[in-house]
Amino acid sequence: MKPAAFDYSAPESIAEALDLLAEHGSGAKVLAGGQSLVPMLNFRLARPAHLIDVNGVDSLSYISANGTLRIGSMTRLTALGESGDVAGAHPIIPKAVAHIGHRAIRNRGTIGGSLAHNDPAAELPAVLMALDAEVTARSADGERVVGMQDLIEDRLFETTLGDTELLTEIRIPAAAASSTSGFQEFARRHGDFALAGVAAVITTDGSTITQAALGAFGGTHATRLPTAEAALLGAETGDAAFAAAGAGAAADFPATSDVHGTAEYRSHLINVLTVRALKEAAGNSGGGNG
Amino acid sequence: MAETMSVVLNVNGSGRAVSVEPRKTLADAIREDLGLTGTHLGCEHGVCGACTILLDGEVVRSCLLLAVQADGAEITTIEGIGAGDDLHPMQQAFSEYHGLQCGFCTPGMILAGIDVVSRNPDPTPQEIREEMGGNICRCTGYQKIVESVQAAAAVMSTEGGSA
Repeated sequence: MKPAAFDYSAPESIAEALDLLAEHGSGAKVLAGGQSLVPMLNFRLARPAHLIDVNGVDSLSYISANGTLRIGSMTRLTALGESGDVAGAHPIIPKAVAHIGHRAIRNRGTIGGSLAHNDPAAELPAVLMALDAEVTARSADGERVVGMQDLIEDRLFETTLGDTELLTEIRIPAAAASSTSGFQEFARRHGDFALAGVAAVITTDGSTITQAALGAFGGTHATRLPTAEAALLGAETGDAAFAAAGAGAAADFPATSDVHGTAEYRSHLINVLTVRALKEAAGNSGGGNG
Repeated sequence: MAETMSVVLNVNGSGRAVSVEPRKTLADAIREDLGLTGTHLGCEHGVCGACTILLDGEVVRSCLLLAVQADGAEITTIEGIGAGDDLHPMQQAFSEYHGLQCGFCTPGMILAGIDVVSRNPDPTPQEIREEMGGNICRCTGYQKIVESVQAAAAVMSTEGGSA
């Protein structure tokens, strides 16, 4: 038997799940799609006393597009990537989802699970940061709304969610009418964890950039890229502004070294990928490793 | 020690009741409790694809599911593909085009290949490589697997075949 023993509950409602979390608190883990948690159980890196499986909570799985895009936390990545409502509102989301693992992973993996697990190489935390998303965290005591940056801070493999809180919904504000986006990541093999990646959303007034939001992943934690954003604001779209943003992104990026690449290499990648993502957003070819 | 739980696994069309600890993966239950050892276990953390099965028609990793999560679901393993010597077009193509050598990855490759073709009846070699990037083979170098899936796709589109 691979995982250590645990008690198992499969609630069918949010209220039931919250009661279980209130009862078991720090000894419990919530099982969403299981594509990260079950490997950790199999390696015994995670040894929860109690597993609360929310796959039977049907009310956590929905996509509602009406101005603000509302996505239930248990929405599977395949459903997220194939939703016409999501693609219509934020085409960067299906573009990013296509890079997450493989079909078998996306059939089980969920948007809320990805955020709560908060792997620093994961696409969705950075993409949702760039889209100024918020999440709802509910507990038996009530609910609160948390912005993506406050959810992640500078953490990895954990978030600011409390032990008794359940991430129930992701809300993404409507994009500005003239906003465009680009998504670029570099991985050694399609579906592998990215060495580095960038999500860029820009709004222009004619040719002047009026809003810029960039999220990066593959460093020590998902992050916005404030120096790169500042370099873009008020600038004309084009190579000069994009090059300045790329340099700013490399300065902002919390690069780290491991067996797959050095921090220096990853910083270089972020620079290059930022320029490509911005060119893609501006309507030019992004090129490179899609 | 956690209590065991009774679950019904509908595997390849027949319902089988098993009593499992919650921590038992679906892959282990399929192999140990149901005796269906065609589902292989390589990495047991979702990387190699050897344990690929269909759960309610969707391709999934059986090592990343708990058996208790599959209670009542429809499961298709490699034993449910084809019928004895009457091979599914995907199996036939792997045989004809040398899509396997040692055979360890083959059950997962066959199920992943069927899933790819069911969604994309005429995949390009590049599409097959990207779609099946989650299934690792250490023998073939993949070229023959790609050819096998393409050949199977041609047969399946004319026969209207499916899993």
